[in-house]
Amino acid sequence: MDIARSGWRTAASLPMAGRVGLFFVLLWLAIALFGPSLAPHDVGAVVSPDVFAPLSAAYPLGTDYLGRDMLSRILYAGRFTIGLALVAALAASVTGTTLALIAATAGGWVDEVTSRLMDAFISIPSKMLALVMVAAFGSSVGLLILTAALSYTPGAFRIARSLAVNVKTLEYVQAARARGERLAYIAGVEILPNMVNPMLADFGLRFVFVVLLLSGMSFLGLGVQPPDADLGSLVRENIGGLFEGAPAVVMPAIAIATLTVSVNLLIDALSGRATRASES
Amino acid sequence: MEPLVQVEGLRVVVRKDGRDVPIVKDVSFAIPKGEVLALIGESGSGKTTIALTMLGYARRGCRIAAGSIRIGDTKVLALTPEQQYALRGRKVSYIAQSAAAAFNPVKTIMDQVVEGAMIHGTASRAAAEAKAVELFAALALPDPRGIGARYPHQVSGGQLQRLMAAMALITDPELVVLDEPTTALDVTTQIEVLRAFRKVVRERGTTAVYVSHDLAVVAQMADQILVLSDGEMREVGATADILERPTHPYTRSLLAAAAPQLRAGTATAAGTPLLEIRGLVAGYGRVDASGLPEKRILNDIDLTIARGRTVGVIGESGSGKTTLARVVAGLVPAARGTVLFDGKPLPTNLKARTREQFRRIQIVFQNADTVLNPAHTIERILARPLAFYHGMRGDEARKRIAELLDLVKMPAALAARRPAELSGGQKQRVNLARALAANPDLILCDEVTSALDTVVAAAILDLLAELRRELGVSYMFISHDISTVRAVCDEVVVLYSGCKVDSGSRAAITAPPFHPYADLLISSVPELRTGWLDGVPVRTVAAKKPAREGLCTFLDRCPVAIDGVCDREAPPRRALPGGKEILCHHTSSELEQLQAVDTSRPAPRQVA
Repeated sequence: MDIARSGWRTAASLPMAGRVGLFFVLLWLAIALFGPSLAPHDVGAVVSPDVFAPLSAAYPLGTDYLGRDMLSRILYAGRFTIGLALVAALAASVTGTTLALIAATAGGWVDEVTSRLMDAFISIPSKMLALVMVAAFGSSVGLLILTAALSYTPGAFRIARSLAVNVKTLEYVQAARARGERLAYIAGVEILPNMVNPMLADFGLRFVFVVLLLSGMSFLGLGVQPPDADLGSLVRENIGGLFEGAPAVVMPAIAIATLTVSVNLLIDALSGRATRASES
Repeated sequence: MEPLVQVEGLRVVVRKDGRDVPIVKDVSFAIPKGEVLALIGESGSGKTTIALTMLGYARRGCRIAAGSIRIGDTKVLALTPEQQYALRGRKVSYIAQSAAAAFNPVKTIMDQVVEGAMIHGTASRAAAEAKAVELFAALALPDPRGIGARYPHQVSGGQLQRLMAAMALITDPELVVLDEPTTALDVTTQIEVLRAFRKVVRERGTTAVYVSHDLAVVAQMADQILVLSDGEMREVGATADILERPTHPYTRSLLAAAAPQLRAGTATAAGTPLLEIRGLVAGYGRVDASGLPEKRILNDIDLTIARGRTVGVIGESGSGKTTLARVVAGLVPAARGTVLFDGKPLPTNLKARTREQFRRIQIVFQNADTVLNPAHTIERILARPLAFYHGMRGDEARKRIAELLDLVKMPAALAARRPAELSGGQKQRVNLARALAANPDLILCDEVTSALDTVVAAAILDLLAELRRELGVSYMFISHDISTVRAVCDEVVVLYSGCKVDSGSRAAITAPPFHPYADLLISSVPELRTGWLDGVPVRTVAAKKPAREGLCTFLDRCPVAIDGVCDREAPPRRALPGGKEILCHHTSSELEQLQAVDTSRPAPRQVA
């Protein structure tokens, strides 16, 4: 398999930090895909009379404030966090990139209006927007995704627009214009392929931001609502165990940390590699 | 006497896929004190790599694998990093190609020029500044006392290049390395810089290594020439010997490519001209109430291209020649004037043009590196115009792509590659093939050979001439290089800051009378013989007051401006015998007299 081999070669050429990042990213992907079927217990089942139990062979990550198995809860919550964040980040990146391509290729007042609109959006703090949205419409999964996507679209738009404007001035785009090509062709075929790599890196960063935003919302009790739980809600519901040093509050926090840090490490390593490749 | 610089068996390797690939192979040479050695060759021949080893430096990924370099009594390659630090800028200094990139924009020129002396502690600040002023004067810089207080953006490119020379000479180095110091400059500026370098090198007895791809420039500067290709020494010898009696075939091919060869066709104009431009005004920026753009680039341009003819447009950077091509291509709207294509008005707005109009006019851009989409294969790049204009797909298109590649003399196997895998010359061929795919009537060539090595450029020019013979296309050939224009064009238009100052048939730029600017331009092109620089009369004048609206745009630089006339009235468009037209107050006979001094202009050589 060609893809597998080149993937392996890419992985082998990464610096140490990048490999660590890659390992945890793959681990979390596996958890998101298969986590619930690997979980030893049902997510809602109270399995132990002990609340805030320490690590043990029966409950590898301890139990929570009701005596539920922490490992199972994290496996389920991981899917929730990653799934929500992926959808929201993807929506933000795709919307941002599309708008940016339209703005950059059309130019003139289209560009002006879109850019100013995005500037207006960017001036709204994302947490405030999220709080207001939840206060107004009540929390639901759809609303959370919409809020996160809305908050991070302007950032993606800005990056994509500056990339597109740079590519647009290059002579091959000029040549396409002089050939009489339509704007849609210029945007999709001439410009887009040359900004995919930086946009992928940007997507990774947006994903991390969304994870943090959603976890923060859930920690405040405004995010994912019981009986469902994401990693942020796990921290919140077990906060009472903080002073007992219970693993139930530490473990989901560690989970959030490994997820976000590893994505960052991987992106840094990959984009660093891309720069080196273009230098030589 | 022992030579000052002695290089023996120099070998530089680059690490690629775990193996060492040599890029400089066993190079040896010696430079006696006070002499200039030129390293000449195409890009990738290793000339800059060798020049940098004089400073004990190899670029990232490269390594000096073997050999010895002695400068005076210093063994450069045996130095520790601290000793190298003391060597660089003190005993050996470096003048880079792009002065604009080498200066820090937020520090004054003086700060940067004396920096070397400060770092190495060779002089006190006051002494260094006094010396810098002396150097500024020697390099013929205007206002040697005041120029140091300015910032880099406040002086011109040619002045910056000379300031960099002052920076390099401030510590009285034993050896100066000049890396293509005039390549990025216009010819009229280049001659001033060369003259200044030459004077300083002679007066101070500087020993130098001069890197260049331009034999004619090197002929003026060097005592010895070392010819390189693929990192190997081809020939080394005294300048006159190399130029007049080259022994290596590679040197001969370089010399042959440097001399202008006539490639123009003989087609005669008949019927409606293919392209006719009348009173064109165009520019960039906001459009005012009367429809004129804020920054006017082109002023009242008339130009006619007959079927099957090549019209050359020549001028220095900023003269508006690229804008002219972009107006014809529809990329820049015209503010005034008409453009007729095949007798019918051509909309200057992209949206109003028909696909057929797009197809018949193709533009070929200058920079082969950015003109092909790096994400597409060559096949895809060529397939697009075929599908777009002719609806050609599948096998039919593939067959045509193979034909096109054959037409531009490229193997069909390259179709599967991406632009990054091709050389500069190959990319430019694909660029041309893409234009040809449309079966155009008119090709706008914007500096198509400027970024290429002489040998490759000559091949592209041959190709253009051949295509013209076979396909009967017309060209608008834009260039800053007069010998290229002279070689390929039937008619020539000289632009100076957006005005057409001189125009006529090819003969018009081979013999006087010329417009004073055209004269300056033509006489500034270095000739391929030693001693040319010393024989050429100084024609440039220090810039006087800037030209006023409506007056001759060349007024501030004109060596033959008439006081009381040129600074009062706009110059008339004057028709000269032989179909020439110039924009000048001087009459034909006056100009002929003024320009009769230099008669030794070599005529272009006819291709056998």
